[in-house]
Amino acid sequence: MPQDTPAVEMHGIVKQFPGVVANDHADLVVNAGEIHALLGENGAGKSTLMNVLAGLYLPDSGQIRVHGRVAKIRSPGEATRWGIGMVHQHFMLVEPQTVAENVILGLDRPRFRLDMPRIADGIRQLSTRYGMTVDPTAYVWQLSVGEQQRVEIIKMLYRGADILILDEPTAVLTPQEAEDLGNTLRQMVREGKAVIFITHKLDEVMSFADRVTVLRRGKTVANLVTAETTKVDLAREMVGREVVFHVDRSEYERPDTNGKSAHRMLAVEKLNALSDKGLPALRDVSFAVHQHEILGVAGVAGNGQRELAEVITGLRPASNGRVLLRDQDVTNRSPRRVIDLGMSHIPEDRMSTGLIANMTVCDNLILKDYRRPLLSRLGFILQRAVARFSDRLIDEYEIATPSRETVIKALSGGNLQKALLAREIACGGDLIIAVHPTRGLDVGATEWVQRKLLEQRQKGAAVLLISEDLDELLAVSDRVAVMYEGRIMGIVPYRQAHVEEIGLMMAGTAIEKTDPKDPHGIFEQTDLSGCQGESTS
Amino acid sequence: MRIDFERRLEPSRLIAFLVPILSVILALVVGGSLLLAAGADPVETYRAMFDGAFGTKYARSEMLVKAIPLMLTGLSVAIAFRMLFWNIGAEGQLVIGAIATAWVPLFLLRESQLPGSVLLVLMGVAAFVGGALWGLVPAVLKAFLRVNEIITTLMMNYIAVLLMDYLYTGPWKDRQGYGFPGTASFKEIISLPRLPEWFSAGRVHLGIVVAVVAALLIWLVLIRTKWGYEVRVIGENPRAARYAGISLARNIVLVMMCSGGLAALAGYGQVAGIAFRLQKGIAVGDGFTAIIIAWLAKLHPLGVLIVAILMAALSVGGDQITITMGLPAAMARVLQGAILFFVLGGEIFVRYRPRIVRTADLAE
Repeated sequence: MPQDTPAVEMHGIVKQFPGVVANDHADLVVNAGEIHALLGENGAGKSTLMNVLAGLYLPDSGQIRVHGRVAKIRSPGEATRWGIGMVHQHFMLVEPQTVAENVILGLDRPRFRLDMPRIADGIRQLSTRYGMTVDPTAYVWQLSVGEQQRVEIIKMLYRGADILILDEPTAVLTPQEAEDLGNTLRQMVREGKAVIFITHKLDEVMSFADRVTVLRRGKTVANLVTAETTKVDLAREMVGREVVFHVDRSEYERPDTNGKSAHRMLAVEKLNALSDKGLPALRDVSFAVHQHEILGVAGVAGNGQRELAEVITGLRPASNGRVLLRDQDVTNRSPRRVIDLGMSHIPEDRMSTGLIANMTVCDNLILKDYRRPLLSRLGFILQRAVARFSDRLIDEYEIATPSRETVIKALSGGNLQKALLAREIACGGDLIIAVHPTRGLDVGATEWVQRKLLEQRQKGAAVLLISEDLDELLAVSDRVAVMYEGRIMGIVPYRQAHVEEIGLMMAGTAIEKTDPKDPHGIFEQTDLSGCQGESTS
Repeated sequence: MRIDFERRLEPSRLIAFLVPILSVILALVVGGSLLLAAGADPVETYRAMFDGAFGTKYARSEMLVKAIPLMLTGLSVAIAFRMLFWNIGAEGQLVIGAIATAWVPLFLLRESQLPGSVLLVLMGVAAFVGGALWGLVPAVLKAFLRVNEIITTLMMNYIAVLLMDYLYTGPWKDRQGYGFPGTASFKEIISLPRLPEWFSAGRVHLGIVVAVVAALLIWLVLIRTKWGYEVRVIGENPRAARYAGISLARNIVLVMMCSGGLAALAGYGQVAGIAFRLQKGIAVGDGFTAIIIAWLAKLHPLGVLIVAILMAALSVGGDQITITMGLPAAMARVLQGAILFFVLGGEIFVRYRPRIVRTADLAE
């Protein structure tokens, strides 16, 4: 094929849904051998445009050319035949099956005999070639989110895709994992493949992409070479106005307790627990979170963060060690008991754990509070009190919903998280376990969530913030703990934290910086003095 | 030109309402062509079926008599399914209810001088408790040992039916019964009152009131109480329920006891209101028809009442055409199957809207 024919050309793509025009004459041109970022805020039509290319949606009008030939892509199967493969934000994997079984899912070859060892070999070859470690015989449910993503990518490569679409690939990855992914993608484009990745993160565009197309309200508004543009320009194109990059924590003063009076809200001592695979996931984890403090937990996905949150909230048994909530032992108590003691939990998976998709906004808002005498009496739910309660939360937390009786899955991602946060703060809010609270949210919603956490901290809350976004952790945490293979590698006050150091600890190198007499910071008095009047950005 | 199916932003309520109605009409059309093929006049056959179920006061009464156990077992299945507990055991629970009902006047309180109403209530309580305990077994196995409830509830049907067969052909067999299998009749001692003349002509008994009250009660509990809220949360998202501190084990046990008890009340109605003894013909598959009824009613308790009447009408009307038209009884089953087929198939229109896309719109 001639070098100057683009791998993908999409012209004047229009896709309407009842009530919205998701793509309004959008254009996209991607060359072979380039990493192309598709940038835009939530709802800008990025995913729709890529779903059109991947054959999931048929456009209302517009033309697609693949390697110069007009392509009418009517199904994902046809997209595969055009060499187009898409890795969706929500993975399309069959959890009870192995990696290899997932990779061959839907393929028409082999025709009859399943030679699993041979397929596994093929997968291993692909994974070494592109630097993605995956065990073909592992079951998908055992894998971390980052590993599952690798399976999805390998699945597409195994199908011979030379145009790879990734929908928000780094939303589920850590800096290192994202870096690894970047290397993998660069290897692919060196071989002449085209990579399109959907994102709303400007840093990623700058560090990964060769070129970038910006979508706003379904229209293509810019097509730029990354090297010739800046973050500020991109941001302006994306939202249509100037934007602020980091929340300024100095706006959220907290009392200067000046000593040991900061009350210890949560402590874990020598905590051990097993993963779903039955392997040790937590090894002697110890730390404490105090009032007026956000303790950030950094780490590569799958190093025990999920298990940590689950053990603390009573959803996973601890095999050893203790969890103390306001100095009460709650180790291996029921989730109910932990909730009654005032623990708020923003779970990793808001749609499948935190919210009930098919129930109304109002039913979702009372999920933690319906037992309280305020909302129910003698076993009956008090309808009027519930209406008042949910209207108040919708109002106070600016949840954009047609009404409290709207089925919650109709809300946008940002508003889902607002509803979840509103509920969790309402049901207690002085001890919050927040797991990836800004994952998948756009700039505005991310800022909103971070501000709410800082606001609660200012009011006296203790927050355990588990995140894979190091910038976020450094922007809002008072101390950052780093997890590696189920251990705490160290806990550093944010003012002394260096990204490189944290990165080293995330990779398993312990840094001897903590007090040897108190390596876990349990008795450490938090650094409260330096937080005022300073900006981190 | 082609037809596209687009996901609706919100499921359409109008369509959700229309689908069952249109499904019945389409099923009648399909059934009609089958009738034509069998050499019968569809219009006349349907009229005969309709008359058989609704035509006379007597027909209406017999139809309601058939509907009572369908309503109660339908409710039983619906509440269990609401919690994603796949109770296939309503038939067995009904049978246990029948056994318990007969046991009270025949053996437990045979010589007692208790007033009839007290005795009736005791029989009902015995039936409910029996069914609840029968339902408790798979519930406990599921809640604490994660045993698949579909298998256990299904298997327990056979145990219950064989137990009943054993009782009325063996130890409980009526010695004055001229060798016919069955227990002695307790009709002279006690029977469930029938509804007054102005309402029905025949054997419609108090069981229908029990069914309607039960449906209203379940509906109220589901939408107005904490327990109902918990059940709805578990049904929609068990993970979220666990996360919110709702005990799955406790709710599985409680709901299954209610489910078993309700199915058992169907057995109570059949024995105390119709048969007055244990005999053949108590377990005729109502507990399985109940599964279809619960689905067609979208697990809504009030919907169950309506669908149960429809199913009863099909069944009674189906019997009618075998007599008057000489058609096979299976015809009614065919219609039931066709209705179910169209309802389930029509579901897609609730969530998706069809749209005609002209190929010309897609630029070449």
